[in-house]
Amino acid sequence: MSENGGAPLLEVENLVTHFPVPRGLVGAMARRPKRAVRAVDGVTFSLTDGEMLALVGESGSGKTTTAQTILRLVDADSGTIRFQGEDISNASGSRMRLLRRHAQLIFQDPYESLDPRFRVRDTVEEPLRVHGVAGGTDEREARVRDALTRAGLNPPELFLERFPHELSGGQRQRVAIAASLVLDPKLLVADEPVSMLDVSVRAGILTLLDELRRSGLGILMITHDLSTAAHFADRIAVMYLGRIVEEGPARDVVTDPKHPYTKALISVVPKRDPRTTTEPQILRGETPNPIAIPRGCRFNPRCPIAIPECRAVDPELRTPAGAAASHRAACIRA
Amino acid sequence: MTVPLLRVEDLHVWFDLTGGGELHAVQGVDFELCEGERLGLVGESGCGKTTAILALMGLLPASASVAGRVFLDGEDILFDGEDSVSPHRWKDIAMVFQGAMNAFNPVQRVGDQIAEPMKLHGIAEGRQARRQVGELLERVGIPAARAGSYPHEFSGGMRQRAAIAMSLACKPRILLADEPTTALDVMVQAQILQLLVGLADDFGLALVLVTHDLPVVAQVCECAAVMYAGEIVEEGPTDTLYHDPRHPYTRLLFSATPDLYGTDAVVSIPGTPPRLDRELVGCPFQPRCDRSFEPCPTVKPRMLQTAPGHSAACHLNDPAVRAAS
Repeated sequence: MSENGGAPLLEVENLVTHFPVPRGLVGAMARRPKRAVRAVDGVTFSLTDGEMLALVGESGSGKTTTAQTILRLVDADSGTIRFQGEDISNASGSRMRLLRRHAQLIFQDPYESLDPRFRVRDTVEEPLRVHGVAGGTDEREARVRDALTRAGLNPPELFLERFPHELSGGQRQRVAIAASLVLDPKLLVADEPVSMLDVSVRAGILTLLDELRRSGLGILMITHDLSTAAHFADRIAVMYLGRIVEEGPARDVVTDPKHPYTKALISVVPKRDPRTTTEPQILRGETPNPIAIPRGCRFNPRCPIAIPECRAVDPELRTPAGAAASHRAACIRA
Repeated sequence: MTVPLLRVEDLHVWFDLTGGGELHAVQGVDFELCEGERLGLVGESGCGKTTAILALMGLLPASASVAGRVFLDGEDILFDGEDSVSPHRWKDIAMVFQGAMNAFNPVQRVGDQIAEPMKLHGIAEGRQARRQVGELLERVGIPAARAGSYPHEFSGGMRQRAAIAMSLACKPRILLADEPTTALDVMVQAQILQLLVGLADDFGLALVLVTHDLPVVAQVCECAAVMYAGEIVEEGPTDTLYHDPRHPYTRLLFSATPDLYGTDAVVSIPGTPPRLDRELVGCPFQPRCDRSFEPCPTVKPRMLQTAPGHSAACHLNDPAVRAAS
């Protein structure tokens, strides 16, 4: 089905993004070792057209840095990113500008991401100008209206001339989505697209993303909310300290988690039905500092089932016995 | 019949708007709280939940006017406005503010900040205050030795624990917690909720949990009140609210909330809440309601009991109104 000979829309292999920690003059003179925040520390996954993958993790897990690295907003230290079969890890600036038409980012906060002095028309039209697409005024107008309609702002005439302050939070996020759709992208990266919105409008935005997915877009959704991921994503990848520790079909990951970290997370997610109570497996402490990632399995100091071997072996993602082939966990005990 | 620890009757809050006019943020709120009870106050942003509890603390800005009665142990503490509330603030009723974890003074040691309300209210000073601070910190899961740390040396979860410890400095009986876990990761959220439940159980502390997060309330609170447009539109046991909601807003709010194991479609509620700077006619939820009928646009529904401990403000529950239309 895909236009690139069956290759996935996006393939990320062993992606590594580290941010150096400044030692300061004294530190440098004392020859203290160079240190780095290992934000993304060997991430591998792929995404096909018409699929929604949720990258789930706590703050500091590296999910946002992963997204930024994929879009080349941040430089990777190593690893490969293939977009529509093309290795873009080292693509030039001009090549990237061309590719960005096809890969768009939706930000978390629609109160911050829209220019308050721009009318909806200008916000949605701007990407066309920046990328020099659609020369004629009529064609641009048609594309802006089409994007607004696809984003659920219907009829577009009602919204074209409005300013952001005249819109509700949900409508603002739809404008932001329209501005990314106007370039007809193949990939949408949505970073916590509903976390700033009220409960009653979140579902609408998520349903919109779901419809876009059904129309063939690949969507990478970054979220901390497992319930949202379980409901809307095809697959879930759980990140911990810069690494995907479990990945698989959304239902399988939620109902039959294999990694002890995923198990603990799932057990503490509050359920809507007061009768659904799971014995909460509350992990002690908080995620360690990504400057000093534990040796062996990075989860071992907090793991309830760790054995001595876990301190020595850095486990790779593999399919545990009895799980679907597409369900993988990075745990030697899974 | 025992006197409830706290009874709020017909609470109203108006804000003066710059440029004239008033915003009627809280429009007649009633609820009761017993010792050791955990009550959830839920609703979307702007529904008046934070304003209502700030009124209980007597901490609203000067542009606000408050009316109603707040009975603590049967005695009205709101009779003289903020002046009659302030002796009870922190000593009887304490609050963890939204974002409290980010409100510590960055250049003062955490322990000293927790001791401050103790000094102000003449509870303890000097060595005795330091000892009590240590005990409080231990109780919320922070080693007493960390009292000498500065806020930046704490993680987010620890700062929230410290904020809870500070709210307990004067040994209150009622704790109002405003979105205490909203900015926290799910594992830290679970730790904080476990702590709040433990405090309620151990000290008989009554807890009002203010949040937009229905699943948190479903898991933590026995009872909940759902607020919409400045009013409580339904209240009852959380189990009943989920399984047998009697107000369409409660039902729609639950179905707009994704659930980990849920397989039903998650549906948003169309429209937006009404503006509160003009008088509301009829049911405030009517324009967004999927069950609206003849009387709804014009007649305001009363709060009606549908079962013991469960009431809702919806004409659907009123046989007389239904028969007439």
